[in-house]
Amino acid sequence: MRLYLKYDINITFRSVLEEQLKKLNIDYKINGLGEVEFLQPLDMQKMQEITSLLSIYGISIINDHKSQLVQKIKDTITNMINAEEKVTSNFSTYLAEKLGYSYAYLSSLFSEINYTSIENFIIIKKIDKAKELITAQNLTLTEVAFQLGYSSVAHLSGQFKKTTGLTPTLFLNIIKQRKLIS
Amino acid sequence: MYKETLNIVLVDDDKDDRTFFQEAIEEINIDTNLSMFTNGQDFLDYITIPNQKLPQIVFLDLNMPIKNGLECLQEIKARNLLDKLSVAIYSTSSSEKDIENTFVLGANIYINKPSSFKKLKKVVEDVLRMNWQYHTSNLNRETFLLRL
Repeated sequence: MRLYLKYDINITFRSVLEEQLKKLNIDYKINGLGEVEFLQPLDMQKMQEITSLLSIYGISIINDHKSQLVQKIKDTITNMINAEEKVTSNFSTYLAEKLGYSYAYLSSLFSEINYTSIENFIIIKKIDKAKELITAQNLTLTEVAFQLGYSSVAHLSGQFKKTTGLTPTLFLNIIKQRKLIS
Repeated sequence: MYKETLNIVLVDDDKDDRTFFQEAIEEINIDTNLSMFTNGQDFLDYITIPNQKLPQIVFLDLNMPIKNGLECLQEIKARNLLDKLSVAIYSTSSSEKDIENTFVLGANIYINKPSSFKKLKKVVEDVLRMNWQYHTSNLNRETFLLRL
């Protein structure tokens, strides 16, 4: 017997974080979008303890400001795409308002650190979401196109092919065959 | 500004192909560390050393002596290493059946060996940029498929 699971990565992350932070016996506040605030300063030993507790779950602490900002951009994009309501087309204004920096600054910082532009990253994220919707939730391409804010199925299929080199049909076929042999 | 170095492996028995690949990697503006092997068995022996640091991506030629690319891919999968490293098949075959088959067996990327150095550089760069996203951005590795 086989179960297919759907999960909300934000809830998973928050639960893991709370579970681990409780072990430290320090007062903390989770400020959302991957930010934790401690109500007292931490010594080196505590920092090392947190680092090793979280590393088991693939969570690492970001030390410098630029990397933090890039991570915030990624988190904001991910949340926008995962939101149930239709994705808005004006990402640049939204990001600039949400993070409090000009889009030009965010854009050049992002490309420098992440080896791809914000625009391209959004496409990669949307296609990743489209893959999830067609494989795990069995949505049709028409439904996926609507949910992710594409103007047409052809637009989604074209972007899918351009990003992965495969048509959505061949992609789905490969994933199905993989499940059969596993 | 701290940026992680990408560890890359190329497994290819052809000396010229290895040289071209190395030159292409060196010209790409991404901080990389390249190791090369001449057959699949040497690579598997290397990554199965206890506590070995795995590369983020391995480029596998399909036709090689001793252990070919497909056998190597199957062993990587059998050892449950596919969730830790990306496998790029790097081959002269452009048969649609071959391509589909390697994806079904677990490969993430399929590259037809390009005919010019310029194209090779472009393709390798595209792969490294996309792989970087999978390495750093919580994308689903199980559905990471890329054909170039």
